Amino acid sequence: MSNFTLNRRDLLKAGGALVVTFPLLPRGTTAQTQMREPQPGPPAADQIDSWIAIHSDNTATVYIGFAELGQGASTALLQVAAEELDLGMDQIRTVGLDTHLTPNQGGTYSSQAMRRGGPQVQRAAAEARQALLALAATQLQIPLASLRVENGIVSGSGDDNVFTTYGELIGDRRFNLAFTGTAPVKDPSSYKLVTKPLPRNDIPPKANGTYQFMQHQRLPGMLHGRIVRPRGQGAYKDGIQVVSIDESSIAGIGDARVLRQGNFVGVVATREWDAVRAAQQLNLTWNQPESLPGNADLFVRMEQSPPDDRVAREEGDLSVISAAAVTTGFTGYGPYQAHVPFAPNCALADVQTDTALVLCSTQDVYGTRGKLAALLGLQPPQVRVQYVEGAGTFGHSCWDDCAQAAALLSQLAGAPVRLQFMRWDEHGWDTYGPAHLGKVKASATADGKLLTYEYEGWQHHWSFVETTEQTSKGTPAAEWPAMAAQQINPLVLGGQYRIPNIKLLNHHVPGVDYLKGAWLRSPLDLALTFVSEQAIDDLAFQLGIDPYQFRLQNIADDRWQGVLDGAARAAQWQPKQAAQNLSSDEVVTGRGIGLGTHLASWGGAVAELEVNKRTGVVRILHLYGAIDAGRVVNPSNVENQIISQLIQTASRMLHEEVAFNTTNVTSLDWQSYPILRFMEAPQVTAVIVQHIEQEPLGAGEEVMAAAAAAIANAFFDATGKRMTAFPFTPARVLTALM
Amino acid sequence: MAAATTLRLNGVEVGVTADVSTPLLYVLTDELQLLGPRFGCGLAQCGSCSVLVDGVETRSCVTPLSAVAGKQITTLEGLPMLYAQSKGLQSPPAYTPLQQALIDTQAIQCGYCSNGLQIKATELLMLNANPSEQEIRTAMNGHLCRCGTYPKILEAIQLAASTIRGEA
Repeated sequence: MSNFTLNRRDLLKAGGALVVTFPLLPRGTTAQTQMREPQPGPPAADQIDSWIAIHSDNTATVYIGFAELGQGASTALLQVAAEELDLGMDQIRTVGLDTHLTPNQGGTYSSQAMRRGGPQVQRAAAEARQALLALAATQLQIPLASLRVENGIVSGSGDDNVFTTYGELIGDRRFNLAFTGTAPVKDPSSYKLVTKPLPRNDIPPKANGTYQFMQHQRLPGMLHGRIVRPRGQGAYKDGIQVVSIDESSIAGIGDARVLRQGNFVGVVATREWDAVRAAQQLNLTWNQPESLPGNADLFVRMEQSPPDDRVAREEGDLSVISAAAVTTGFTGYGPYQAHVPFAPNCALADVQTDTALVLCSTQDVYGTRGKLAALLGLQPPQVRVQYVEGAGTFGHSCWDDCAQAAALLSQLAGAPVRLQFMRWDEHGWDTYGPAHLGKVKASATADGKLLTYEYEGWQHHWSFVETTEQTSKGTPAAEWPAMAAQQINPLVLGGQYRIPNIKLLNHHVPGVDYLKGAWLRSPLDLALTFVSEQAIDDLAFQLGIDPYQFRLQNIADDRWQGVLDGAARAAQWQPKQAAQNLSSDEVVTGRGIGLGTHLASWGGAVAELEVNKRTGVVRILHLYGAIDAGRVVNPSNVENQIISQLIQTASRMLHEEVAFNTTNVTSLDWQSYPILRFMEAPQVTAVIVQHIEQEPLGAGEEVMAAAAAAIANAFFDATGKRMTAFPFTPARVLTALM
Repeated sequence: MAAATTLRLNGVEVGVTADVSTPLLYVLTDELQLLGPRFGCGLAQCGSCSVLVDGVETRSCVTPLSAVAGKQITTLEGLPMLYAQSKGLQSPPAYTPLQQALIDTQAIQCGYCSNGLQIKATELLMLNANPSEQEIRTAMNGHLCRCGTYPKILEAIQLAASTIRGEA
């Protein structure tokens, strides 16, 4: 049976004392202090030395291919490595992602850090330990089976004076050993570090202000750069069309000068304020075609797109709906939403004739390297990309575009360039989480069993060509090929339940005609469950069944039931049919429940909210979120991830919508694209459904879909009305209540 | 025109040469290479760049250098010293009570907003070491966090307030 770990402050009481130094790029230099010589990567994944180095002082460096994004991945992956190596957390460290140092584990997205990265690091550490013990057996003349290790000290003769250490055995020498992945890993029941809520190693320097973010990086002789673009993007296919530039308009602003390649325009100056002012004062005219539908006509145009369809799932026979006791039909709309990291992206580039160094906040250093090489006319090994943490990005914000623009400015200027995107650059030129139109039809039998389920969803894919490349080289706009996260997701469209007759139809909309798109934390899922879980809720309502009970009696499996129960118990859910306490009060309250996830793991949520029927203001009072992500390596990290997801979901459901007219985006800052504020933050309760025996899965985005659904269903419980679009702005709410 | 200006920064007088219309933020980050105040929006909307000017939380991204000449500027770097002064301590602590509370509650995620949150919370706690939850929320409402750490920040400020009261 599942083991419920409720949010408890005493989980964290151990925090604060353990401080592991997190190596950072020294300001003004890119020199690395660890023993490995930088060379064009990726280092061979089939060599132990590519993953682990043991130092003479009996410490270890683990080379990890995942980015610290403030989610604690660097701490949790070190826990995994230290566990297998029998090292203490103060004996182990990692280095920043670097195409000249760290292995290629793919990008840090889709909650893959623990799911894909964890087992690789775990097996490499286990194999390194096995090799070290073989060396120790020879040196100590003790049979391998008798050896034991604690904190890198190997003994086993029974004589306390007979021991050696990892540092003595191999300190600062290479293993020269193939990584076979065959060494046995530890039994989860013996874990000393994994599953413990250890404090994150990056928090103390972030607290006292000594942590160096991307925005703090400098290079000698560098210029400050800014890009110059229209305020707010138009249709992706239109790119940017410069009609004229009056370079004399910035005369007298220090040494600021204009750099241009094709339709790519930027300015550089020795002083940052000069670059800022020059970019604002530069007199340009653009051609801005009226290619966009604007918010008003967005979904009409999407639905009228030429057919490009794919059946995502089909089982049984939908025609049995004629035998159903109750049916429901629902059309819902999810807006474009923006990543907009708290600090706009920043990149630092030094491009020379045959090499390039680029520091940026990419979630995928090797992917970014390939794109940079193509842009600069270099081969990938000539380009070195280093990841430096910026503000939380939650997906593909402007980091690739910013890195490319910095590199191009450096190439054009013949000097290192630090490019800081301005607020309107990041807001206006983001690759947004795409808008979604969903239509669902579902039915149930008189005994409360789901009978049929049919879903059609419209959205476009993600943008493949960055604006810098598009504008400087004339590369046409293009979308990514179809991938799971860009299309309707069977896991959250009825996948939570046993449904004998089901059909899911994906309509691909041609993305080049719309805004740029990319993955935003829990891509598409909030819109999918907003539509789908309201339909499930409506069937329960029509049957007169409590919405928790209806889900329970149709639940797909134990894992879904675990998170359903986890959220319901935390919220002390009392069964009743929804919308039974409607009142004529100005302020009414409701609660709702929902299930959802992303591409793995399981999420369940309960929402409590109030609606002011006079003003249309919705206030979310309390969100409960439960995640089953298999083995949770660091419960403190996952607790924080759940809280973060719940708050962001509240923000996205109440406030966030990219506004655009027929020519361009008009959401350009925190006033035109508001997010949740401190006053509005609901109470949150995080529930971890721990499965120590299972492999770790993602926990960074798997409860948002459930929370979005719970919020929508709570609105119905409070008002008896269904919202068909989010965010729940006062205007939308008042319209829904009419 | 670039001119020499003397700033009273974290208890020390420092001279800078910059156009007096330059926003204080760029002087602090570029000329003086501080890590605390940092660019977030340049529009005084987010609080990323906040500093204390004579004890008042101020958005350095829209505050020209000319406006702060002769005033006491405290940045994140100066908060331990400010705390020591307010408590009559011999030397600044390694972490202020608020910083220790942020660590103890594991409240920080990406941490970029932490500068502004700490500056604002310090202003609040200097005026009121026993703020109600509503007073904290009201004071902090002009500071954004994209990671969604508001509940933990609230907890950390409450914890720091109790620490400060206990030390008083």
